[in-house]
Amino acid sequence: MIPFAELLDRLAYTPARNAKLKLLAGYFAATPDPDRGWALAALTDGLPFSFPVRRTLMELVEPRIDAELYRLSRDYVGDTAETVALLWPEPPSAADRPPPPRLGDIVAELGLIDRNSLGIRLASWLDALDSNGRWALLKLLTGAPRVGVSARLAKTALAEWASSRGSGATIDDIEEVWHGLSAPFLPLFDWLSGKSPRPDIAGAPVFRPMMLSHPLEAQDLAALDVGQFAVEWKWDGIRVQIANGRGATRLYSRTGEDIGQAFPDIVEGWNAQGVFDGELLVVRGGEVAPFADLQKRLNRKTVTARMLVDFPAHIRLYDALMIGHDDLRQLSFDERRTRLDAWHAAAPPPRTDISPLLPLNEKEALQATWSATRGNAIEGLMLKRRTSPYLAGRPRGHWFKWKRAALTADCVLMYAQRGSGKRSSYHSDFTFGAWMKREGNDELVPVGKAYFGFTDAELVELDRWVRNNTLERFGPVRRVAPGLVLEVAFDAIQRSPRHKSGIAMRFPRVHRVRWDKPPAEADRLETLERLIEG
Amino acid sequence: MQPFETWLYPTPEGLYCEPGRFFIDPSRPVDRAIITHGHSDHARAGHDQVMATRETLAVMRLRMGAAGAGKSPHTIELGQPLTIGDVRVTLHPAGHILGSAQVLIEYKGARAVVTGDYKRRRDPTASPFELVRCDLLVTEATFALPVFRHEPDTREIGRLLASLAAFPERAHLLGAYSLGKAQRLIVLLREAGWDRTIYLHGAMVGMCDLYRSLGIELGALEPVADTKRESLAGEIVLAPPSALADRWSRRIPDPVTAFASGWMRVKARARQRGVELPLVISDHVDWPELISTIEDTGAEEIWVTHGREEALVRAATLMGRRARALALLGRENEAEDEAE
Repeated sequence: MIPFAELLDRLAYTPARNAKLKLLAGYFAATPDPDRGWALAALTDGLPFSFPVRRTLMELVEPRIDAELYRLSRDYVGDTAETVALLWPEPPSAADRPPPPRLGDIVAELGLIDRNSLGIRLASWLDALDSNGRWALLKLLTGAPRVGVSARLAKTALAEWASSRGSGATIDDIEEVWHGLSAPFLPLFDWLSGKSPRPDIAGAPVFRPMMLSHPLEAQDLAALDVGQFAVEWKWDGIRVQIANGRGATRLYSRTGEDIGQAFPDIVEGWNAQGVFDGELLVVRGGEVAPFADLQKRLNRKTVTARMLVDFPAHIRLYDALMIGHDDLRQLSFDERRTRLDAWHAAAPPPRTDISPLLPLNEKEALQATWSATRGNAIEGLMLKRRTSPYLAGRPRGHWFKWKRAALTADCVLMYAQRGSGKRSSYHSDFTFGAWMKREGNDELVPVGKAYFGFTDAELVELDRWVRNNTLERFGPVRRVAPGLVLEVAFDAIQRSPRHKSGIAMRFPRVHRVRWDKPPAEADRLETLERLIEG
Repeated sequence: MQPFETWLYPTPEGLYCEPGRFFIDPSRPVDRAIITHGHSDHARAGHDQVMATRETLAVMRLRMGAAGAGKSPHTIELGQPLTIGDVRVTLHPAGHILGSAQVLIEYKGARAVVTGDYKRRRDPTASPFELVRCDLLVTEATFALPVFRHEPDTREIGRLLASLAAFPERAHLLGAYSLGKAQRLIVLLREAGWDRTIYLHGAMVGMCDLYRSLGIELGALEPVADTKRESLAGEIVLAPPSALADRWSRRIPDPVTAFASGWMRVKARARQRGVELPLVISDHVDWPELISTIEDTGAEEIWVTHGREEALVRAATLMGRRARALALLGRENEAEDEAE
């Protein structure tokens, strides 16, 4: 438990990705099975249990500390688990502390424990751990430890560790076996350290690494031979993979997270073996609903009957990685499409259709169609090379996304916040506003926040401007005088009752710094409101 | 025994001893001040007569110029009783920083100790805290919550050295208060075997020189301004806390930012500062030490100044002591991380 606690502690404070990878790879190298496998589970899919420990903790704390002193401590620290970890009584000397439990032992016991005896066991573990170990244990019990590590990053670190052991396995190889395995992942570690062959996942509904696209840049467009590419609409949902095998169906997000629980309407009706690629949407009466409707269905553990009726899910399929037992990934896009169309026509799963190919063979027609996307409330176009196999990752030159042109607005800088990591000495997160009339006066109201889009040289200038024009400081945030206009680019404006302005920008970024423009000439809120779609 | 409040009480200037006609660590200029130590929230400029240890007077001159130690500075030797007005005053080491002292005041058979800032652990740059038995203990309360327990300093220094070994390509930028903490860290690093040159932010150079002239060995130090950026990889650079997120820090390429302070024990506080390697090293007593000091001094009455008064008053009351919070102006608003 102690090495895992130290890992969590360091990760929580480490902003840089490479440093995180190094810490994780070092942990995998130094920690024996099954502890490292449980740690991997805790950082990715979570451990197979969670306990509502709040009440148990209060019962443990009560005889150990005065209630008033506990309250003052909790108010200061701001987090129950951390407060208990910090003020838990220490033995008179380190030599009096019982030997600390191992992560694997704790997990094994928790799997069997009766909830009524949790308190007693928990107290004995807390007695045996130091404050950081206690904190890590309590975080583990209450769910995923939030230390800024995505499942993807943990797997990347695993691949780095494996390659240091001479294994040729890549992150994609790991992704591919991942969902066929479970914690503590002994076959995975055996395989990556060369002790046993790759785990057999044939036929299992595991996640296959997706093929991703690049944005279409000006030079790509100039060199584009339109005849070589299949063209589709770019749909405004989320990319998913649906996999069926060994009698089970799984729905995966782009990063390989299993999101099936939130979409029983898709998963339960699915009847076809294979692995398919498509866009998850909410579709009502054949019409695609706005993204905000889909958002209501995302990030949920359960879903109500009412939501299934109000926000019906749908998959618009555009590729097939496997049909039945046939792996199609080495075939060309055209061949895969033909197989997909034929399969779907023969026995379409409920709540699916096929993303149509657009008959565009000339660059002029392509450009005209793209230019009309905003007017048609379409997000943009996808261009896929007809001869390309299905390649994991983001290979260059095969798939392009061509988003509709951004909208822009001139907004006034209102607040700037210090960045983190390499940007910690720069004010790099900018909140900007538009003018509105209030009680007869013009006043700025915040409409968005952006922290990229500018060059490093511009950031130095922006930071200097912020420091020289600060009116007030709140910790890392500065309120600045209304003196600088930012030309902000964004994809869309949506209604948002949560914001004071009543609107929210989608994908905002700083397009240009308008050093020249007087703030009074920046845009008004009414102008932005007119851009709301639908 | 006469109630203590009749002869020792807070005023707008600070804590005042009436029969001795002196203030202790006053926040405004006064005729006569006893200064416990040289930190800016205790040692202010502008007093007429300043009484303090030799080291504290030297620190005050360095920080505030030749007149910083008042119009008439008076050195008090540790452990040597001195009659001031109708009281007897003795300074005893407080273990907080070089020259820091507690003030024992004896008046009509009653003994009052004003601790100033203090710690009870070993510090190679300060005389060790001396326990003084008393009837009234006026104690600081910077870390007066049960969640504050400082780690052994060797463990924290070990974590810093482990990070230097794990990231040898990155400079380690270590934030620490310029007076006391910085020099203590340097000596602790030397004791742990770190004999490389340690690089200093410009604001620290003068204080390190003063420590050396007062007999504290610090090893090889260089101002970071004279150093090529590339040669800082794998080195330790010491800077005041305020410089960590300041433009100054940009001269250090891709540093691991560390910060040595008792506040680092609370994760939210460390994250707020953007610290990558928080080190729990403090020059104040932690909670268990506050409690044991109350017990060890035998004081029946406890007054609690600057910090988390509420919790310590509660704990002292539970221990059967008469306890009250003493609101002293000029302390409560200090930025917490600078106050260390």
